[in-house]
Amino acid sequence: MEDIKIDKRINIKGLICPYTFVKSKLAIEDIEVGETLEILLDYEEASRSIPKSMEDHGHKILKVEKINDTDWTITVRKEKE
Amino acid sequence: MEFTDDQLQRYSRHIILPEVGGKGQKKILNAKVFIIGAGGLGCPVGYYLAAAGVGTIGMIDNDTVELSNLQRQIAHNTKRLGVHKVDSAKETFEALNPDVNVVGIKDRISKDNILDLIKDYDIVVDGSDNFPTRYLVNDACVMLKKPLVSGAILKFEGQVTTILPGEGHCYRCLFEEMPPAGLVPSCQEAGVLGAITGVVGALQATEVLKLILGKGDVLKNTLLIYDALKVNFRRVKVPKNNDCAVCGLNPSITELQDYDAGYCRI
Repeated sequence: MEDIKIDKRINIKGLICPYTFVKSKLAIEDIEVGETLEILLDYEEASRSIPKSMEDHGHKILKVEKINDTDWTITVRKEKE
Repeated sequence: MEFTDDQLQRYSRHIILPEVGGKGQKKILNAKVFIIGAGGLGCPVGYYLAAAGVGTIGMIDNDTVELSNLQRQIAHNTKRLGVHKVDSAKETFEALNPDVNVVGIKDRISKDNILDLIKDYDIVVDGSDNFPTRYLVNDACVMLKKPLVSGAILKFEGQVTTILPGEGHCYRCLFEEMPPAGLVPSCQEAGVLGAITGVVGALQATEVLKLILGKGDVLKNTLLIYDALKVNFRRVKVPKNNDCAVCGLNPSITELQDYDAGYCRI
């Protein structure tokens, strides 16, 4: 599988909803359309709600991965301002 | 400017809205809004703008808090009877949100001070209770090209309209001349249901926030009329009048007038 180039990474481990999405949204505002953001988190509910909210806001979810017992990464591509 | 952790929490429900986001919330924090009157409408308008984080809120009112105000003027309270309304409102709004700076002016708005008072603000809100002030504020905003969100209430009815000088109608396009003194009763004479000031004030605050964000439609070329008894909202189209005395093609009003002349205030 083709590697995804990551333009920005944030670590929001320890945060719960809605701040997981607040931080993720602020981070995606800071990158350009077409660039990708990788979010590292440990709040399980957010591993489902962030992809849904990002898609509702018009962005593209490239990958959601459970990387160990506690953590997930979500990779999002910014599709619009 | 980066948000503090407190700000992230305080404004989280704004930031997650697609139409607001961090960028929109920063616009709100940098906005300057001037409110005419700290009474029935000024209180809820200022309250919601303060909660939203509008960075600078100017307010002018010359009155002190009276017991008869407290049925609707929710920024004041029983312990503040006799206190200047702008001081009372400042205390309430800044306690709600320390991000907000309230600039209170204890004076009556007049043709001599209005241009100077509003010139550094982005948006003006009219929450005044009389026609001379309403026309003065309209004319001053047209002359300075300041967006104006005008509201009015009486008995069980409220009105809201948003004036964008140069783009849409103004108050004189809607009502060319001031009604003669005594024709339209005041709240003192006719009464007002306190809660409708909240409805109209919240509508005005919402118009202001949409103007700051540049999102959605506003009540340009439109008068919104709320009838609380019938629970009816009615939108009336108000075309810009090219013959308008202040915003028309050949305006006859080119400087502010003595609006109180011949107008007897009770």
